Amino acid sequence: MLSTDTDILATAEAWREAGRGVALATVIETWGSAPRPVGSHLIIDEEGNFLGSVSGGCVEGAVIAEAADVIEDGQPRVLEFGVADETAWRVGLSCGGRIRVLVEPVA
Amino acid sequence: MKLDILREMNRERAARRAVILITDTTDGGQRLVREAEADHDPLAPELLARFRSGKSGIVEAEGRSLFLTVQVPPPRLVVIGAVHISQALAPMARLTDLDVTIIDPRTAFATPERFPDVNLLPLWPDDALAQLPPLDRYTALAALTHDPKIDDPALVAALKVECFYVGALGSRKTHGRRVERLTAAGLTSEQISRIAAPIGLDIGAVSPAEIAVSTLAQVIAALRQDRRRAPT
Repeated sequence: MLSTDTDILATAEAWREAGRGVALATVIETWGSAPRPVGSHLIIDEEGNFLGSVSGGCVEGAVIAEAADVIEDGQPRVLEFGVADETAWRVGLSCGGRIRVLVEPVA
Repeated sequence: MKLDILREMNRERAARRAVILITDTTDGGQRLVREAEADHDPLAPELLARFRSGKSGIVEAEGRSLFLTVQVPPPRLVVIGAVHISQALAPMARLTDLDVTIIDPRTAFATPERFPDVNLLPLWPDDALAQLPPLDRYTALAALTHDPKIDDPALVAALKVECFYVGALGSRKTHGRRVERLTAAGLTSEQISRIAAPIGLDIGAVSPAEIAVSTLAQVIAALRQDRRRAPT
């Protein structure tokens, strides 16, 4: 079964309680035909395990890589992906949409 | 996000209470606002509108860019009647991420063997509903017993709190008598007109499983009202 927001945030709490470093990624803005709605969550632990989705697969890799730094230094950041962005070539939102993703530590 | 705030959000969700998390996108600062407290918040008009729409998003306020994570209770389906249709409806509804509860005081019907892995309450609706988080705008209720003694109290409760979907099994003739009873019970014609009866989308359903499909489709149509291309 697909994971719901309930599962995702409850799992984030459980991972943190178990002493794992955890980052929470949230879609905060979309333009055009973005694949996941505003408010969608992805959680990532320090070993790169993840649950949820911010783009249906297009940019998860880049978000997960950035999450490792967020867990490491404890600083939140906002990432932007889309056609106007050079990273689109590398991580690709093939739908042509644009999204902004907030990645923050769960501390 | 502070672990305390995450815990609080998960607690509120489990208790089926709506909250909004306000995040300053510049510095990551956060605070949580419960629906009951929103009236007195500096951002009150924006927050109240968001609680109604259920939509998360950015707002510009006090020279800052704030992200509002709107967390409303997950959609839930309460089924009155541990009947054949319910046996098909419960697993289908769960696949679409609805929390499912089945209520039926007839203990011959409400057995775990007939309803594995379902929250099943072998009680009269008034007693069962008192044990659950209260019915709310994020709950759908389907009354499937054909028995007014069991269905009616649940329908009255669901209409009073404006459940997002209220459906009742039975022919037009049966529903006509139901309308008379609910009117006598003090409900307005506007409230009563919200009942989907005969229940389900008109797909010509015959078998219990087909009636379950048509009912579930109708629940989803009500849940996704604002996304539909043409009202029916």
